[in-house]
Amino acid sequence: MALPPDTHEKFSAYAHPERLVSTEWLAAHLGDPGLVVVESDEDILLYDTGHIPGSVKVDWHTELNDEVTRDYVDGEGFARLMSEKGIARDTTVVFYGDKSNWWAAYALWVFTLFGHEDVRLLDGGRDKWIAEGRELTKDKPAPTATEYPVVERDDAAARAYKDEVLAHLGRGPLIDVRSPEEYSGERTHMPAYPEEGALRGGHIPTAASVPWARAAAEDGTFKDRAALEDVYLREAGLADGDDVIAYCRIGERSSHTWFVLKHLLGFESVRNYDGSWTEWGNAVRVPIVRGSAPGSLPGRGAGAVG
Amino acid sequence: MAASLPPSLAEIVEDFQALEERERLELLLEFSESLPELPERFREHPELLEQVVECQSPLFLTLEVGAEADRPVRLYFSAPPEAPTTRGFASVLHEGLDGLPAETVLSVPDDMPEQLGLTRAVTPLRMRGMTAMLGRIKRQVARALEA
Repeated sequence: MALPPDTHEKFSAYAHPERLVSTEWLAAHLGDPGLVVVESDEDILLYDTGHIPGSVKVDWHTELNDEVTRDYVDGEGFARLMSEKGIARDTTVVFYGDKSNWWAAYALWVFTLFGHEDVRLLDGGRDKWIAEGRELTKDKPAPTATEYPVVERDDAAARAYKDEVLAHLGRGPLIDVRSPEEYSGERTHMPAYPEEGALRGGHIPTAASVPWARAAAEDGTFKDRAALEDVYLREAGLADGDDVIAYCRIGERSSHTWFVLKHLLGFESVRNYDGSWTEWGNAVRVPIVRGSAPGSLPGRGAGAVG
Repeated sequence: MAASLPPSLAEIVEDFQALEERERLELLLEFSESLPELPERFREHPELLEQVVECQSPLFLTLEVGAEADRPVRLYFSAPPEAPTTRGFASVLHEGLDGLPAETVLSVPDDMPEQLGLTRAVTPLRMRGMTAMLGRIKRQVARALEA
């Protein structure tokens, strides 16, 4: 049932070109059987102001998060959601959204935890589609319910918990994708965003600072492979075979980076630490570092450990 | 709770509360579409507007307090169309408070946004953004009365 990959030339250099589609490809395949387009935004009302024809909305806050536990929905909840959205286990799902696909990448990452095989991101997201003057509609589709199997979430491969991050310190690289001000500890939230309630500012010891937007071109599309390698391999020092953990504030911007490392650069082992700074910055007895240097671990040589 | 709200705002709160959650979001969307445009004199002078930095999307507001005896408050907001939730909140405050006496605006309870029944559907950060909008309005009104 899977749709053919987009053979766009830029994509062919990526490790997994089949994980991206261009706006041209999507426009040509809208309505194809076996395809569901999912819009996932930060703003819960944005989809309702106009969306790609036939697309369904998946809201990260009310639909992917568990209402009580700070966690994602379970296998049954996910199966129910998929059925409502008209997504079958072998459906090709193309995600797009606002803010350069932060939430779209986040939704794609959550689908990955449930092992949904064919997930793809629209390069450039909602903004590019609109900038090209492509069609939007306010009509909401009424998907036919599917029989989606109950698959338990498997967090091991793509998600890191706080204790795993602690154990990872000194063993593998960490990428902090927040703004430089959040990284240094001058502020605990994004510029122009509200204070999110982290008690301390700074970063996880040894983490390299690579703000998520370094992966994006001016128009919100991903940079080509050579440019991405400059940023993540040469500047941030990642090497082939590294076991990488990315984090941000609540795990949405780092999903974007997770996608880049996993699917575009082809790192086998990449995990997103979704607890991110809102957990780490408030946790008892975990080390942090202030300032713009990565710092070192407590008890492992002199370093600016806070 | 709603009893302490001015009638115009109380009516909006009641409209929201009478609906199911999904419909409340639709109502908020309608509000976002009816937010009046910024008058020309402010569009040319963005420096006259105060940014509500607590909002996740850019939102600017300003107000004028009239010289009349009851010191009526006029509210002006600016937020981009790609921020419908923020626009919706601004529009609720506009429709509920615009033109009311300064004292009435100052007496609106700070937790009024919670009364719309959106705290489950809308993230805590966004709710905080709306509370901050109200807080900044009240602060600006108080400052205008002192001047």
